[in-house]
Amino acid sequence: MPTVSVGRDLLFAAIGRSYTQEEFEELCFRFGIELDDVTTEKAIIRKEKHLEEEADEDEEVIYKIEVPANRYDLLCLEGLAQALRIFNEQEDTPRYTLANISKESMHKMHVKPETSMIRPFIVCAVLRDMTFDEAIYDSFIDLQEKLHQNICRRRSLVAIGTHDLDTLEGPFTYEALPPTAINFVPLKQTKNFRADDLMEFYKSDLKLRKYVPIIEKSPVYPILYDRNRTVLSLPPIINSAHSAITLKTKNVFIECTATDLTKANIVLNTMVTMFSTLCKKKFEIEPVEVIYPDGRSCIYPEISLYNMEVSLSYINKCIGVSLETEEVISLLNRMQLHAEQSASGDKSSLTISVPPTRSDVLHPCDVMEDVAIAYGYNNIPKSKPASLQPLTLNEFSDLIRGEIAMSGFTEVLTWILCSYKENFAMLKREDDKSTAVVIGNPRSTDFEVVRTSLMPGLLKIVGHNKDHPKPIKIFEVGDVSLLDDSKDVGARNHRYLAALYCGANSGFELIHGLVDRMMEVVGAPFVSVGDDTGYYIKCSDNPEFLTGRQAHIIYKGKKIGTFGIVHPEVLENFDIPDPCSLVEVNMESFL
Amino acid sequence: MAEEAILGYLEKNPEISDSGRFADEFGLDHNEVVNVIKSLNGFRYVDAEDIKMEKWVLTNEGETYTATGSPEMQLFLAIPPEGIPREELQKKLGPSIFKIGCAQAAKNKWVEMGKQMISRKVHHVEDKVKNLLLQIKDGKEIYDEDVKALKARKLIVSQTWKGYLVRRGSNYAPRRKKVATDLTRENLQRGDWRELEFKEYNFNAKGQPLLCGHLHPLLKVRQQIKNIFRQMGFEEMPTNNYVESSFWNFDALFQPQQHPARDAHDTFFLKAPSTTRELPEDYVERVKQVHETGGYGSKGYGYNWKREEANKNLLRTHTTAVTSRMLYMLAQKPFAPKKYFSIDRVFRNEAVDRTHLAEFHQIEGLICGQGLTLGDLIGVLYDFFSRLGMSKLRFKPAYNPYTEPSMEIFSYHEGFKKWVEVGNSGMFRPEMLLPMGFPEDARIIAWGLSLERPTMIMYGVDNIRDLFGHKVDLSLVKKNPICRLGIEARSE
Repeated sequence: MPTVSVGRDLLFAAIGRSYTQEEFEELCFRFGIELDDVTTEKAIIRKEKHLEEEADEDEEVIYKIEVPANRYDLLCLEGLAQALRIFNEQEDTPRYTLANISKESMHKMHVKPETSMIRPFIVCAVLRDMTFDEAIYDSFIDLQEKLHQNICRRRSLVAIGTHDLDTLEGPFTYEALPPTAINFVPLKQTKNFRADDLMEFYKSDLKLRKYVPIIEKSPVYPILYDRNRTVLSLPPIINSAHSAITLKTKNVFIECTATDLTKANIVLNTMVTMFSTLCKKKFEIEPVEVIYPDGRSCIYPEISLYNMEVSLSYINKCIGVSLETEEVISLLNRMQLHAEQSASGDKSSLTISVPPTRSDVLHPCDVMEDVAIAYGYNNIPKSKPASLQPLTLNEFSDLIRGEIAMSGFTEVLTWILCSYKENFAMLKREDDKSTAVVIGNPRSTDFEVVRTSLMPGLLKIVGHNKDHPKPIKIFEVGDVSLLDDSKDVGARNHRYLAALYCGANSGFELIHGLVDRMMEVVGAPFVSVGDDTGYYIKCSDNPEFLTGRQAHIIYKGKKIGTFGIVHPEVLENFDIPDPCSLVEVNMESFL
Repeated sequence: MAEEAILGYLEKNPEISDSGRFADEFGLDHNEVVNVIKSLNGFRYVDAEDIKMEKWVLTNEGETYTATGSPEMQLFLAIPPEGIPREELQKKLGPSIFKIGCAQAAKNKWVEMGKQMISRKVHHVEDKVKNLLLQIKDGKEIYDEDVKALKARKLIVSQTWKGYLVRRGSNYAPRRKKVATDLTRENLQRGDWRELEFKEYNFNAKGQPLLCGHLHPLLKVRQQIKNIFRQMGFEEMPTNNYVESSFWNFDALFQPQQHPARDAHDTFFLKAPSTTRELPEDYVERVKQVHETGGYGSKGYGYNWKREEANKNLLRTHTTAVTSRMLYMLAQKPFAPKKYFSIDRVFRNEAVDRTHLAEFHQIEGLICGQGLTLGDLIGVLYDFFSRLGMSKLRFKPAYNPYTEPSMEIFSYHEGFKKWVEVGNSGMFRPEMLLPMGFPEDARIIAWGLSLERPTMIMYGVDNIRDLFGHKVDLSLVKKNPICRLGIEARSE
């Protein structure tokens, strides 16, 4: 995106208001431009020269402002200030007019047929009674440079020449001649050059050498003369010294030669609209007649308004608001677009007049966007397109399952129903009659209760896989159900994780390591006993585990699970000849 | 040492005809020679040919006699010239030597065996047995009749002797090159990897088994089906409640209280917690009405609806119990289209066999929208099932108390060459939706299937107990491939 450097104080003066930097940033943000950098002329120089000097207090502050690549009207201070003034509703969009002069008194530009070989188009205009000062002069030159670098594609599509009209005498001719037939004193030089020598000369000019290849190889070079064969310019390379603009210049002749007529018009319109503000008759431009070899005649600049029909519902539906016609009209005015209710009488339709400054408006969608900007993107009520919500518990379970498997454990899937004995007596646990969901009509002892722990399932697996090579490392993530008075049905599921190690030794330290790994993946720090910000391990005394080799996991002050060496009597109950260690955790504690 | 000897010998000689003799000649242990030959043969330095020989070796008894002399000799020497009484001689020699000695010496006619006295018959004898045994020990050949006699006396036994005939092999070299089995850090540090010759790797054997974790195959399939639902824009319903009331499991679904599915044969009812504590009363009233007398354009079932039946707790028989709760909650809000799915455990009080368990996983999908059609249901079923690899479908009219129309889904199984039932589907009845509070034009299309059945077909498991439960073989869990369901883009 192009960046425009403007003096802060000059800009604020032009806007007619002063802002703090925050206020100005806010204004830029809403309008869709960005205050990219705040610096000073001297700071830029210091940076270029890598100097480390203290900044002076009174250095002029420069704002570097990033503008959208299709808004050529914002490439200079004048345009920026005007756009912001209008956006702030400080003034209305100007109506640009052509000076009312007869065709005979218009300046004429005769186009010679040879120009079609190299740069076929030219558009011109005159700005009368301008007042330059240094800042305006700089801005005037700077805008041309910005246009040349952006829309003009480094002068290949369009080249701008501006001249002190009072040093010239019309009618003008736009010709294409062999380089050897062209002689003039170019801008910033004192000596006369022949065009081919000049090209050689510029090949070593840092600023101009990049333009040389555009015409260098052509047998003819484009060239502009006045009636006295005074050279105006050798586009797209250089103007002549003769017609150079000075601070004293009053009347400015602008010519844009081009290979693309549409872009030439945009460039000329941008130049004249931006600087007609400085003419004595504000916003008035004097037209120039361009006469082609076939006798065709065109009057430039082409600044008539471009009219567009846009339906109110299109705007409202795209943005997601319901604005009335009047609101839309006033919003569009802030964006330099004149709008009124359609002449056809259709109340839901608007006629938009696009001024020559807004060449970026191509389609009603551009108008719609301007309504949205003026309304304020951040004021638009949000509506949510359909989207899917994750089921946190299940997604979390799946992540943990992956982590435990990555730690080398094999997942098993066991039944939720089990016998009463397996759930209690075989684990040396006592039934307090307030935990287990009990089936009233079991078909067999296998289906007497809903498990209150994943432990019997894992132990049964080990009991049935005696021949499996040791160690056995298995885990299960699944639900248990516990009686719960707070639920309508009187019971609630809980998501548990259990993992078991079975081998020649108990693997207690390995299960302890798995506990640490699990806490690591859920992001819980290991803390000292009593600290509620993470987890710590505290000795426990559960009947299903061996005394002295079992502990509770305390997380954020709450017991979330237990691990230990499975009690030898429990192992015997499940017909397991090898030592086992097991951990069981309530996973919902991590959510 | 043996290696140098073998390779060195073969440099000058065409062959080693007998590894045993070679070992003796060079004073080497034959076992060591055999090991070296095997290894050299493996690398084709030498070609070894098996030679087998029957060889006689001394028994322990025979071995003893090489030192002490044969029992008959011992006996002969123990007899003084004047003879000796039997008892005294037996005492002198011990009963076993005495017994054998007597028999053999008598046979040899060395002694006179009197009733009381034993005396020499000849003056001088030679211990032939001892000599023969010593010859065998030295590996010398003896006459067959002698072998027979010694064998009969269990002094020698035959033993198969294995050795090799060795010639130069195709890779013969007087010195073995170093062969490596692996590239080591030392090889890199020393830089000797340039000279290394690698032992031929056996690619017919498998590599080293890894120690790793595994996910359960059924849950891998669940994951893929979950992904398919997500790709189709479905949201997962929370199903973590196994205990349910008959109301949400049956009544809310317009399932009459006398329906056979509500029998104790099919459903696990609970002793604790036996009944539900609360239900939305106004909705219960509307459900009662619609069962008893109808409404919403329905005649109803025309029976006396009992609250006690609805209050009975059970283990949910289908995840549709969860669906009914979700839909009721949805109906309390302004209507919005929704697509839901769930995959979770359900319980049936059925006999367990190869294809049935008391627990299985139900997959359920539903779409709630205005103006949905049976065509939409068929279209979404084609979309869903073809992602599961079943694109040839047909639909059979069926009965289901809470859907109308109801369709059983059949898929043509290319392997079985027949149509198999893969699921059930339908459009929820207005008698279910309207009491919940849905608008008239709200329609809900839904389908369900089990997770186990497609998994069994996919992994070729024919007994469900091999897939799920504590009797599963852990090695099967470990050997399972990834589940590729739903990962291929489909052209339609």
